[in-house]
Amino acid sequence: MIIFLFEGREIRAREDDSIAAALLAEGIFATRTTAVGDAPRGPFCMMGACFDCLAEVDGVGGVQTCLVRVRSGMRVSAQQGARALPPGDSGAA
Amino acid sequence: MNFDLVIVGAGPAGLGAALEARARGLSVLLLDENEAPGGRVWQAQERREPHDRDDAFALETIAKFRASSAVAHLGATVWAIEDNIVFWSEAGAARSAGAMCVLLATGTTERPLPIPGWTLPGVMTVGAAQIALKTSGLVPAGATWIAGQGPLLLLYAVQALRAGGKIAGILDLSAADAPRRALVHMPGALRTPALLGRGLAWRGRIIRASVPWLHASELRALGDGALREITFRAEGRERREPADLLLLHNGVVPSVQITRALGCEHAWDAAQRCWKPVTNEWGETSLRHILVAGDGAGVGGWQAAGLSGRIAALGAAGALGRIDIAMRDAAAKPLRAMHARALAIRPFLDTLYAPRPPTLDDSTIVCRCEEVTAARIREAVDLGCLGLNQLKAFTRCGMGPCQGRMCGLAAAEVMAAARNVSVAEIEPYRLRFPTKPLTLGELASLESAAA
Amino acid sequence: MSEIFDVAVIGGGMVGGAIAYGCASRGARCVLLDGADASLRAARGNFGLVWSQGKGKEMPAYAVWTRLSLEHWPAFAEAMGSAAGQPIGYRRVGGLDFCVGEQEFAERRNELNRLHNLDGGRGPPLRLLDRREAEELLPGTPLGPTITGASLAPDDGHVNPLLLLRGLHAGFRRAGGVHRPGVEVRGIEAGDGFAIDTGGETVRARKIVVAAGVGTRRLAAMIGLDVPVRPVRGQNMVTERLPPLLPLPASALRQTEEGVVQIGVTNEEGTWEPATTVEALARMAARAVTVLPPLGRARIVRAWGALRPMTPDGYPCYAQSATHPGAFVAVCHSGVTLSAVHANVLAPMILAGSLLGDVSEMHPSRFAGENVHAA
Repeated sequence: MIIFLFEGREIRAREDDSIAAALLAEGIFATRTTAVGDAPRGPFCMMGACFDCLAEVDGVGGVQTCLVRVRSGMRVSAQQGARALPPGDSGAA
Repeated sequence: MNFDLVIVGAGPAGLGAALEARARGLSVLLLDENEAPGGRVWQAQERREPHDRDDAFALETIAKFRASSAVAHLGATVWAIEDNIVFWSEAGAARSAGAMCVLLATGTTERPLPIPGWTLPGVMTVGAAQIALKTSGLVPAGATWIAGQGPLLLLYAVQALRAGGKIAGILDLSAADAPRRALVHMPGALRTPALLGRGLAWRGRIIRASVPWLHASELRALGDGALREITFRAEGRERREPADLLLLHNGVVPSVQITRALGCEHAWDAAQRCWKPVTNEWGETSLRHILVAGDGAGVGGWQAAGLSGRIAALGAAGALGRIDIAMRDAAAKPLRAMHARALAIRPFLDTLYAPRPPTLDDSTIVCRCEEVTAARIREAVDLGCLGLNQLKAFTRCGMGPCQGRMCGLAAAEVMAAARNVSVAEIEPYRLRFPTKPLTLGELASLESAAA
Repeated sequence: MSEIFDVAVIGGGMVGGAIAYGCASRGARCVLLDGADASLRAARGNFGLVWSQGKGKEMPAYAVWTRLSLEHWPAFAEAMGSAAGQPIGYRRVGGLDFCVGEQEFAERRNELNRLHNLDGGRGPPLRLLDRREAEELLPGTPLGPTITGASLAPDDGHVNPLLLLRGLHAGFRRAGGVHRPGVEVRGIEAGDGFAIDTGGETVRARKIVVAAGVGTRRLAAMIGLDVPVRPVRGQNMVTERLPPLLPLPASALRQTEEGVVQIGVTNEEGTWEPATTVEALARMAARAVTVLPPLGRARIVRAWGALRPMTPDGYPCYAQSATHPGAFVAVCHSGVTLSAVHANVLAPMILAGSLLGDVSEMHPSRFAGENVHAA
């Protein structure tokens, strides 16, 4: 059993769940709003092709939640419009 | 790192190819963006209880692969193939490997089914629901409707019911005369009676579960910020039903992102209303060292996919001189016979579930990423846009991160109808690498690596 | 169709589109013959800069022509916005060219001094900013540690090139222009006016303008002009949408109104393939991250290559054919910047029948006798 946060709310998930699947299990269907029309969106294809399930995960925006496995203590927030870009260095390897 | 054969995709075709190639002494690298092998149809197979012989075969194949000495990189997303080098992202780092031959076994994507309101949270594809079921055991709860056509729709409904899920109703959007037209292909279907029988059994299961099955049209998804209800036309009247979840499916089409970016030749499949890479009997594309196997070369089901993977591996072994031509052909012969048999039911299925030209309201969104409606696309045609590339320039349709995966075929259908030409005449999106996003930091790291 | 048009423009990109719009909006009966969807169009690969910095160092007439276009741009942008049905995003906010390291900064200073001495202050008002001044100009823009400054051209800016193209085409149609896409020109005959063979249909016009980008050489030859144009590939890439990061455009880095950061650019000879290469993308990525380190975490969602129509000295070619009076050619690789003068100054010259002033100095005869690259 994994516990992570979505918008400050505790979500219970199974170890192998993707973030998107865990949210769906909780009845949460929307993870963001679009940049163009401010429309709510959520997982559509669950296979990394539609880019609709984006959310901010542990400070990194634009994450495809259907492709990322949940981790204990993870903080996920809904992404409003364009992602935020954390300041600081390039993060290059 | 250099390999004889780099395989992209660890589904039935990729795994079949990997095992065959290893058996012939080729060095093999297998890349898949999922964390475990299996692709879509055998997704999370190792974590699930096997129900039938097909599941057992899947587990056996995956186990054999794990035991083979093929090198596997999982969680690896390929974003470019250039000359003989394959580039991918793994754990946020850019990696590459050399390949004498590259086999693309990337399968299919779902054919778009744009309806009014399809971008509302609560509307997903049947494939998405199946992934959620296979990987996380999620079953539909609340008022769940399934709409569209195709074998996957039936299969999912059965799987969901078996897992204890509830389905409020199934809306069949196929053409009313499709079963009649499909009957002419029944002899082919009867060559694999087990497959045919299974399809009928699925139908029976759904009927016995008292799930309403309606022939419908004019489906709309409605809600403010999330799906609340659907409307449709069935049995001659308008219906309105509460809905928490709407699952759409309109068949699957070959995933051509990588073959397009490579510049391989493609041909239009008029019956399936989709593009396919042109391949010869060994899976070779118009680029000699690029091979395609499985549903990505043409939808044929998982049994055919595994066999085509093996055939392509034999072809590669022959091309690399690891097996002489006579032995290659002799080994391929029985595989081809089995492949043909596995495909025998296709004409029947393809006719039964023939994709129909969509009729889109002006206000229906076609490009989900950039929120471009059918009206805007029609306007672009009025301004002289002939194909998807001018369309992209005039409307931003296709410029989002999905690179046209979700919208390409639908946008082409809208343009073709507006121009009154066949969809084949609509120039598709010109694609370039990277075919999947990666960070500038990752890309930049390749420069210092090369320096 | 046996109509005889006043002007037939061959090529519907930035240059052809602007000339066609300029002619049609002055009352000429105009047809625009445009290529196919898959044609090699530079007009889909524009960076979107409306730029004078670094231009015309060896050809003053071009520098003056460029500055004239900048003067026309604000009113032209209005007209385009009205034609496109939405503002085309022209932002005259200044344009930067960053310096990386001390040596580049010193070299840039010398360069600007030399330019200022050459034209006695009549040229573009360029300023060299040191690091501190650049930071003051760009509060909230996290410049990389090796950025030592930047040269600033205060009248430069950027625009949404796709909306510009849309405006040109919509404005052209609104003015009564006839757009014929999917056309391939097989031959041009002079007689009473011109007859253009498009394989099936013959289009007749009193004047023609060849504005076919990388396809110019073949068509110009049909009207008795030798215009050596070769493709020079430029690769570009764009990120996902990001919050505001860079308020001013730089020469290979700009943030569009949608929030997307566009990154360029290469100059590759010898290829007709508008493809991308990993080596170039990596190099461009590294440079972008040098300028704005937080971009390291931004994702590239799309990349493409576009073929610039390049003349031997890189400057435009404009000419009226001596052997075919009434037939003109116009080609350049700065189609966005020059679209204002192409519409407002060049088009009327074409309608009046002669190219004057600075335009006449950019005649392809300047290449005669040189060893030019084959197109």
